Amino acid sequence: MGSADHQRAHLTSRPKLPSRTDVPSDARVLVLLAHPALHRSRVNGPLARAARAVPGVTVHDLYESYPDHDVDVPHEQALLLAHDVVVLQHPFYWYSTPSLVKEWIDQVLLFGWAYGPNGNALMGKTWIHAFSTGGPAEAYGPEGHNRFTLRQLLAPLEQTAKLCGMRFLPPFAIHGSLRLDTAAIAEAASRYQALLTALREGLRPRDDSHERTEVVTHWEAP
Amino acid sequence: MSEGEKIFTHALVYLGAALVVVPVARRLGLGSVLGYLVGGVLIGPYVLDLVGDAGTDVLHFAEFGVVMMIFLVGLELEPERLWRLRGTLLGLGGAQVGGSAVAVGSLAMVAGLPPIQAATVGLIAAMSSTAIAVQQLSEKGWMKSDAGQRAFAVLLFQDLAVIPMLALFPWMAGATEDGGHGSAHPLATLGAVAAVVVLGRLGVPPLMRAVASSGLRELFTAAALALVIGVTVLMGLVGLSPALGAFLAGVVLANSEYRHELESDIEPFKGLLLGLFFLSVGAGIDFAAVAANPFAVFGALVAVLAVKGLVLFGLGRAAGMARDQALILGVSLAQVGEFAFLLLGFTSALGLLPAAVVAPLMAVTALSMAAGPLLVTVAERWILPRWVATRTTREHDVEDEGAQVIVAGYGRFGQIAARLLRATGHRVTLLDVDNEQIEIMKRFGARVFYGDAGRLDLLRAAGAERARVLLVAVDDPAKALEIVRVARTHFPDLALLVRARGRVDAMELVATGVEGAYRETMDSALRAGTDALRLLGMPAHQAERMARTFRRHDERAMRDLAALRHDTGALQATARERIRLLEQVLADDASTTVPDDGWDADAIRTGQNRIT
Ligand SMILES: Cc1cc2nc3c(=O)[nH]c(=O)nc-3n(C[C@H](O)[C@H](O)[C@H](O)COP(=O)(O)O)c2cc1C
Repeated sequence: MGSADHQRAHLTSRPKLPSRTDVPSDARVLVLLAHPALHRSRVNGPLARAARAVPGVTVHDLYESYPDHDVDVPHEQALLLAHDVVVLQHPFYWYSTPSLVKEWIDQVLLFGWAYGPNGNALMGKTWIHAFSTGGPAEAYGPEGHNRFTLRQLLAPLEQTAKLCGMRFLPPFAIHGSLRLDTAAIAEAASRYQALLTALREGLRPRDDSHERTEVVTHWEAP
Repeated sequence: MSEGEKIFTHALVYLGAALVVVPVARRLGLGSVLGYLVGGVLIGPYVLDLVGDAGTDVLHFAEFGVVMMIFLVGLELEPERLWRLRGTLLGLGGAQVGGSAVAVGSLAMVAGLPPIQAATVGLIAAMSSTAIAVQQLSEKGWMKSDAGQRAFAVLLFQDLAVIPMLALFPWMAGATEDGGHGSAHPLATLGAVAAVVVLGRLGVPPLMRAVASSGLRELFTAAALALVIGVTVLMGLVGLSPALGAFLAGVVLANSEYRHELESDIEPFKGLLLGLFFLSVGAGIDFAAVAANPFAVFGALVAVLAVKGLVLFGLGRAAGMARDQALILGVSLAQVGEFAFLLLGFTSALGLLPAAVVAPLMAVTALSMAAGPLLVTVAERWILPRWVATRTTREHDVEDEGAQVIVAGYGRFGQIAARLLRATGHRVTLLDVDNEQIEIMKRFGARVFYGDAGRLDLLRAAGAERARVLLVAVDDPAKALEIVRVARTHFPDLALLVRARGRVDAMELVATGVEGAYRETMDSALRAGTDALRLLGMPAHQAERMARTFRRHDERAMRDLAALRHDTGALQATARERIRLLEQVLADDASTTVPDDGWDADAIRTGQNRIT
């Protein structure tokens, strides 16, 4: 191809700036992806790609949508209303989520909408975390060097979901993610897909058995 | 010497005179038109006598510059603009031409001219010089002032008034004598005018399209010149004024898509030929006629200038203009203009005015054009400062609205900032010096006060004592600095946020210690750059961080440089150093192997970090 042709090909396939995630009419599972440097990610990047491949799942990349942390509140609320399940997918950072998730919570879960009088927009929906940790499973617990369990560390988030009348499912965790090889990451991605498919189909872990479950790593049909 | 050599020698004489005298005149603050006229006098027969009898030939040739100027005037007559100025145009313009014609005509009668000749002289003398007036107004920065705007409208009216005059004079000539001689046959006239209109509408656009598709720049220029010359020739054939034809052609083409193209093609020729025109007018001043009857010539000169100036001043005041603005209007339009040469030539050809009248009037006109810039200079140096010093706050209409923020300059920049402030429920007082802008804003319901924010009394009247922020959004860097100085000195508690054109202006402002200096293009350019990074595939959050890093370093560099700005050597060295540093920083940021980032898991993996 001559250089002129090459240029023309370039022009016709002109890239567009990504716009906000569309609000779909039929999907039920919303993945809120929060990774501040996805281009460096070894685990969450492949996981997000896997999630996008599951039909009926909306993947919404928060750091791509709000690079300046300026969250579009009405848009986020519309997305929430259009889904039944909210999956917060992120790397575990400093025993919590990356900072934009906190900003997102502060801005979007408004008084009178998500909680408080008449604040029942999210009532009955499901909240679940899907995260990768650097540390191995044994590091989390009274005996481990991180001293607390993951559920204990997630307490503020769990209570946030509860206050909004949402059901908080045990988090889906990928442990020791820094040392996973490519095959292990691919395997984790397919486990993640299984989880999303089940959530999409409205399957939930039985409440009583999961109330105290620490984390889930494999999806088991109830 | 052969004919060819002669032409070159003369060209050299004229160009040389322009090159020597005009810069000196500009340096002395006298304006280029006066420079050309003086240059002309110097090379003329009464001083150096370098042009000899070629002078009149050159004048004929140079008159073509006037034709071009009138063509351009026509081109610029957008109907919308005319409509916007209609009040001033018809009111003030009509009154000026009518008033001056009657006043000068009466004086001419008193001096012994028969009524028809006197009326002719009055009408001709009512014309001012667009070339001189516009040049003067823009040189002094008055174009946008009240006086400037009105002067422009009056000049436009005069341009338009020439057309009926060109039709009227033959008729008046008919009234003086047996009539008819020199005036065109009415049918031929109509035919020629129709030809110009039809050709301009139907013939020129396809021609221009064909020329444009050839892609040859010089062909376009040739076509533009051919157009103007063609009209001139056509008009000559039917005995009409070429200026009239050119004007018509210009108006017809004003709405065509080739307007700007034509403008930029003709403009340089016009500039050069008009310069030549003024030179030859200078060279052509008949000092013999002046010397033969110095009192008559100078008497007429003084009388015309005084009468026209006073009429304008009076009309301006009557129209509600401030005293200084009316004075500016008066002095900038008092001279008799280039149209007069044309009309004098025309009327003498018609036999309407005898040569004994035309020759001294030519001298008066030339002298008045020379005196025009002088008059402006005198007014500017000696009268205006006194008036401005003693004038009260009556002229601006600023009120204290109890504003939290005063916005000086309500243009493209000020509007955005002010809208944000207003939208968030803040009290904002708006100031501007552009009447047209103020009028437009008024139509959109925004109240903008007229007044120069560089004046202490005005800032005080706007409530600067109690306001928290002064947002200086004027587009002129020198004016911005002036406002900053006044505000800093007299209102030390007022925070100053200032629009800067570019880096140099921003540095200057930072050095004065303003709270904020904002380069006009910085934010949009950074956003465009960020979007480009994203289109190249960089994640949005990373691109955003890059842009912020870039901005932070750039701004820090500017602050450091501002401190050094007077030591040029140091300034350059530091600038180079800063650029190197910035490049280094960005390269680091862009590279994934450098652990410069809070989210670098690789560092955790390879190190023995307890967190995991
Ligand atoms: C700023 C930062 C804080 C982190 N904090 C923790 C932590 O508190 N607990 C933990 O197990 N891993 C922590 N990690 C490791 C990340 O969880 C790990 O790098 C990530 O899950 C890998 O996923 P990715 O390849 O998608 O980036 C941290 C990493 C970074 C960069």
